[in-house]
Parts: sequence; C-alpha cells; structure tokens
Amino acid sequence: MDAYRAIADPTRRAILDELVDRGGQSLFELCSRLTLKHGITSTRQAISQHLEVLEEAGLVRWKREGRSKLHWFVGKPLKAIAKRWRIGEQA
Amino acid sequence: MRINITGVFVDDQQKALRFYTEVLGFEKKVEIPFGEDVWWLTVVSPSEPDGTELLLEPSTHPAVGPFRAALVEDGIPAASFAVDDAQAEYERLVAKGVRFVQAPAEMGPVVVAVLDDTCGNLIQICEQRATE
Repeated sequence: MDAYRAIADPTRRAILDELVDRGGQSLFELCSRLTLKHGITSTRQAISQHLEVLEEAGLVRWKREGRSKLHWFVGKPLKAIAKRWRIGEQA
Repeated sequence: MRINITGVFVDDQQKALRFYTEVLGFEKKVEIPFGEDVWWLTVVSPSEPDGTELLLEPSTHPAVGPFRAALVEDGIPAASFAVDDAQAEYERLVAKGVRFVQAPAEMGPVVVAVLDDTCGNLIQICEQRATE
C-alpha cells in the first residue's frame, strides 16, 4: 500500500500523531494512547494490522530493543509527496 | 469473594525477591520452602501490609516462556502497581539502575510508565490523576 492510502484512515493518522509525540513505542503503549487520548477502542490485533500497513507504506519502522518491539514514525514518504507538488517552494 | 493474592512468573525467585523488595520497595510477607530451590513466596506493599499479596511464582512451566515472550514483545505488562507520583517513582528507580521501556506518559486520567523487572516481566506503574 502507498502512503496516500495509508494515511487515508483516521486511526492510522492517530497512530502517526502518537508516534510523532514519542518515538519508540510498543504496541501496548500505542494502544493505551489511542484508547485514552483518542477514544479509539480498536482491538490490539486491529492496531497491529494498521501498523503493518504503515510499515508497508514506509511511514513506520520498528526495531527490537531488548525483548520488545518498538515503533517509530518515518516522514520520508510524506516529504516525497510535498516535493511532488513543490510544497514549501511557493508562497 | 476477595482478591488476596495475585502473581507474576519469575525466572529466579531469590533474585526476584531482591528486586521487588530492595529496588521496588515491597516487603516479604511469606516464604515457605516448597522443595529444592522453590518457595511459596509473596511480597506486600509496606503501606498495606494486610493488602493483596504478590506471589513470585517460578517460571518453570514450559508454557510460561512463549507466553511471556509474546507479552514482552508487544510491551504488555504482567502487573500494574499504583503510585502517587509516576514521575518521582520513575526518577527514583532510574537512579537505582532500573530499565524503563516506557517513560512516564500522561494518558487521559492516568500517568503510566513500564519497567523491566529483570526476572522476565514488564511492570506498569500507574498514577491516577484526580478527575474534576
């Protein structure tokens, strides 16, 4: 899936909001934030699938730290979108 | 019915006892030998000596390994303890060398943080903020 479709979903946008707020989150932390801050009560499995879509689009990467899997936001695909329409170059 | 005991599986009971008492600050309540290097071992909070006991249970059952590995991979705590001030506890424990996988974060009515108990589990500490 490409970045356009990946960010078309409001839950996936909320995931990115939270990963920008703090990089290096476990699935548990992310689900807690989505529930308590956004009122998103999707199952852990659903959030895990959203993360996979975001990874596929290059917007999220994960790394193992100790025995836990932590997630980070990656802005590069969005930069490419901004560049395509020359956002930032014009007034 | 009351909840008087709940438990966590620990890799090494005596090491766990040291961590849960000397580092986290609980007190030993019961220690009964249960065979070779196995104890019925519980701790309680010093502020609630007659409160719920935490059983430090050996992790020897073959199902415990894969079960805990899956929980830890997703950052899911095995237990959650109430604290008055999550940030202060975080700083106190970090100074004692405790590794946190999740620094204190405000999430709606709570401030939560998650630490590694060095015995195979993640433990959440949770400060409940007063709601207006």
